Amino acid sequence: MARMTNLYDTSKCSACRGCVIACKDWNQLPGEVRKFSGSYDALEDTNGDTFTIIKMLEHEDPVDGLSWNFVKYQCMHCFDPACKQVCPAGVYSITEWGAVVQDLDKCIGCRYCEYGCPFMIPKYRKRVDLSTKCTLCNDLVGQEDYRGLPTMPACARTCPTDALVFGERNELMRQAEDRARFLQANGFPRATIYGKLELGGLNKIYVLTDTPDKFGLPVDPKVSGTISGWQNWIQPYAAWLIPLALAGSAISFVTTRLLANKYGDHDEAHQEGGHE
Amino acid sequence: MTNHMVDLRNTDVCFLIGSNMAENHPIGIKWLLKGKETRGNTIINVDPRYTRTSKVADIYAPMRSGTDIAFMGGMINYILQNDLYHREYIQYYTNAPFLVREEYEFNDGLFNGYDGQTRIYDGSTWDYQLDGEGNPVKDMTLENPRSVFQLMKEHYSRYDIDTVCAITGTPRAKYLEVLETFCATGAPDKVGTICYAMGTTQQSKGSQNVRSYAVVQLLLGNMGRPGGGTNALRGENNVQGATDYGNLFHILPGYLGSPVSTTHPTYERYLEVQTPASGYWVNTPKFMASLLKAWWRDEDPAVSYNYIPKREGAKDYSFMNMFENMYKGEIDGLFVFGTNPMVGGPNTNKEQRALANLKWMVQSDLWFNETSEFWSYQAFDRPTAKDEYGLLTPPEIQTEVFFLPACGVYEKEGTASQTGRWVQYRWQAALPAGESDADLYIYDKLAKAVKKQYEGSTRPEDEPITRLTWDYVFTHDHTADIAQVDLEINGYYVDDPSRPVEGFPNLQADGSTACGCWVYCGMLELRNGEVHCKPKNRDNRDTSVNGLGIFANWAWSWPLNRRIVYNRCSVQPDGVTPWPGDEKRVLIQWNAEAGRWMGDDVPDFGATVAPDAPGGTNAFIMLPEGVGRLFATKGSMREGPFPEHYEPWESPTQNVLSSQQVNPMGLFWEPEKQGRPEDYPLVGTTYRVVEHWQSGALTRNQPWLSEAMPHMFVEISEQLAFERGIKNKDQIIVSTSRGEIKAYAMVTKRLRPMMINGRETHQIGMLWHFGYKGYSTGDPANRLTAHVGCPNSRIPEYKAFLCDIRRA
Ligand code: SF4
Repeated sequence: MARMTNLYDTSKCSACRGCVIACKDWNQLPGEVRKFSGSYDALEDTNGDTFTIIKMLEHEDPVDGLSWNFVKYQCMHCFDPACKQVCPAGVYSITEWGAVVQDLDKCIGCRYCEYGCPFMIPKYRKRVDLSTKCTLCNDLVGQEDYRGLPTMPACARTCPTDALVFGERNELMRQAEDRARFLQANGFPRATIYGKLELGGLNKIYVLTDTPDKFGLPVDPKVSGTISGWQNWIQPYAAWLIPLALAGSAISFVTTRLLANKYGDHDEAHQEGGHE
Repeated sequence: MTNHMVDLRNTDVCFLIGSNMAENHPIGIKWLLKGKETRGNTIINVDPRYTRTSKVADIYAPMRSGTDIAFMGGMINYILQNDLYHREYIQYYTNAPFLVREEYEFNDGLFNGYDGQTRIYDGSTWDYQLDGEGNPVKDMTLENPRSVFQLMKEHYSRYDIDTVCAITGTPRAKYLEVLETFCATGAPDKVGTICYAMGTTQQSKGSQNVRSYAVVQLLLGNMGRPGGGTNALRGENNVQGATDYGNLFHILPGYLGSPVSTTHPTYERYLEVQTPASGYWVNTPKFMASLLKAWWRDEDPAVSYNYIPKREGAKDYSFMNMFENMYKGEIDGLFVFGTNPMVGGPNTNKEQRALANLKWMVQSDLWFNETSEFWSYQAFDRPTAKDEYGLLTPPEIQTEVFFLPACGVYEKEGTASQTGRWVQYRWQAALPAGESDADLYIYDKLAKAVKKQYEGSTRPEDEPITRLTWDYVFTHDHTADIAQVDLEINGYYVDDPSRPVEGFPNLQADGSTACGCWVYCGMLELRNGEVHCKPKNRDNRDTSVNGLGIFANWAWSWPLNRRIVYNRCSVQPDGVTPWPGDEKRVLIQWNAEAGRWMGDDVPDFGATVAPDAPGGTNAFIMLPEGVGRLFATKGSMREGPFPEHYEPWESPTQNVLSSQQVNPMGLFWEPEKQGRPEDYPLVGTTYRVVEHWQSGALTRNQPWLSEAMPHMFVEISEQLAFERGIKNKDQIIVSTSRGEIKAYAMVTKRLRPMMINGRETHQIGMLWHFGYKGYSTGDPANRLTAHVGCPNSRIPEYKAFLCDIRRA
């Protein structure tokens, strides 16, 4: 099966957040009222119950003036994912069409993947002691809808403006390159694509109207050298490291509690009458 | 919309004003964005604040709230001074060449006929000069100083670019860029569209705002053509249906005027007064007789006409005055269906106090909301002690409140009329939850219960109810009664009640047809002996030759499945020749052989009226004169034939165009509460976000949407924040002369101070979705807004008021 992926074109996105809600709906994830963030981004980052968000970044340039950059943020489904490298429990695998998926039954909640990920994507879901992330709707792709058309990830299916589409990566990459060239010639000289070469290839393609940093994306994402070294070292011993990791999980439970208290987000939201 | 959503992809330039389309029509804007790829269109967005729509637009220009007519007046002037109008179009399809009566004049902000005492215009002399036979006199050269064209040129000569920019606060260079880009669509091969929404209409001169857009579109020759039109983006699905079906006090279904006791005492008089000599409304007797037959099938229309309650001529039954009367204790009971005035109504502090004067109130909604709980302790919670209308506690409120649980749209079946006049059938997706049910079911039960109360009565005054035709058969899955209602709306033959009327040309004045809403006549047809409901059509193939996106077999569009109204204008007056360079956007053409109009769309014209026959170029068939009105005659617009700029009721500045500060006919209650700029220096406005829906009664009860937009906020510029020592995320108090609310400050670069008549002026904006019920809560912004409105539509002025802010 060919690599299948999403192409997200930020020049077409109106930040309607249909994709965010569709993701919550398909994956049946709870919502929670948090403290006021100070911007339209009520969710400033993904979390254990939110696999994708739309960031709306205000940017002022002395030459170009004001711009409001919208960007969808979620797991990038890297060709060579750091999460898979660091996970001591073998939770991560790559489907034949390129989605990086988890077997959460194996997850021990150690959170190594979160710190290993150059995008800090997997997030810890405290109440069940698991790290979760976007699945590229692995459970949806490869089936047929009621009209007999191939199903696609919930986000892409929802997008009204075709900012987000789903298809074969090679084909979408060609479209993305054309589109970036078009944008470069039509008012966005710095338009670029993202996901082709980064980290050796991402199974998510972006068309950006400006350089990646204007969208909060790392310009040259890197997996820390220690991670790959460490991974090669532990691989033969992975099985007997698990009990150790489980102990680590207990420690992480305590440390996350401390962290949560320090940042105070979740618990305070509950005190203010937050809802899950 | 004169055109429809899909048609937006055919435009060359889209001018979005008073609308945050990306936010409020996220599905609709896709057609504009598609057009960007296929046609390379340009999108212009004018708004006080840089919005999600501004982000997808090519040109963004700021404008102070409430100054649309100044902005557009400047555009009209620019078009006329630089000869950018579409000359042939305005000669034949508008009243530009018509001569106006000598009495008409305009002087320092006032048209002739104004009575300063009553604040009412007598517009009877705003009319055409007539020849011996009673036909309007025209000057096709447009040179006569009494021609509409020359009068208009003179009227708008005062709207020069510098004056306009001083009023609107738009930077001059940006304003010019907008003018140049949009006015280029006056070229015969270019078509531009104007889309607007509540930012336009919710002002004390909202109707004239819309008219100023229509005038520009006529001048540029953009009406009745694909990619053109003056397009109201309706604020809610089926709000188009609500007006079509007469959910307003001054109209009956199908835009028939609702009878007034003095002017329309009898059926005969009604028909006499309401039927014009020419134009399509000459059919009024057919439409009215059929409506009366739908309601009282067994009665002669001349008799059943008397069953319709008549309104008192001068009395205002609209939303704001209804609450004013309630406040005075003149109303006993109220039905509230699918609306939440304690969040959505203007001046909710006053309106909440008014509800407490009711004896009873019935509310039907999906959840308990701020209106059904208006009597609670929470409802009278205020952030500060400022209390303009009196705070009550539950023991002091005697109103008895009934709550009828309603089901959601996906739990019932029926049609909805969307913004482009498409009537689309919606099937039921899930069963109603709990005891909830559809409005139709609730009303059916209610009506039957009322009828039962009157059963056996022989009193003549009870006849409107005892004789009422109400024989819907209720089935458990609701389908049978919907088919019955559909048939009644569409119309049927009284002697063959299962046979739908084929279209409104077949309606009769003699009582042989019954039709509940003539504009929907033709939405049903007989197919192989079965009644087929065209709104159920779902053929998504484009039926147009040139890919104009007509989709004639997707749903059904009133009138008569016409997708673009005034489409006679899409071809030159000769009826055959396309506008030069625009061969692909012709909708209909005269076929001399066949002796009829043919093309992609249903002709909005007499099907067999040849272009050279009398009235053969009268493209605006609903108007007696048959042409678009650059000059609105005979008081059809209450405050004058040409849109004229006045400041909002509460304004930070003086009107520099005339000594008339506000709309001379604007509706203003509580003049003593008019905020002054000394006390309230900031211009405030309200708006919505994509994450929430209207008063939030639905969405604030939805966890995901509450999570996505959880708090009430006020957007303020960095400069204002600095001046007031307010930081992002601070809690602030916003105050007007009517109330105070608490909200979070969102400090943003997307708002900037404006130079208004030489003074730096700050504009702020806030959401109006919030209330104290649901998961995401906040103070209702409408505790700040006023009972002030437009004299034509009686829509409140939500969009421009004076306020102040301070740290909480
Ligand atoms: S659904 Fe599409 S347009 Fe809406 S936020 Fe997501 S990517 Fe953007």
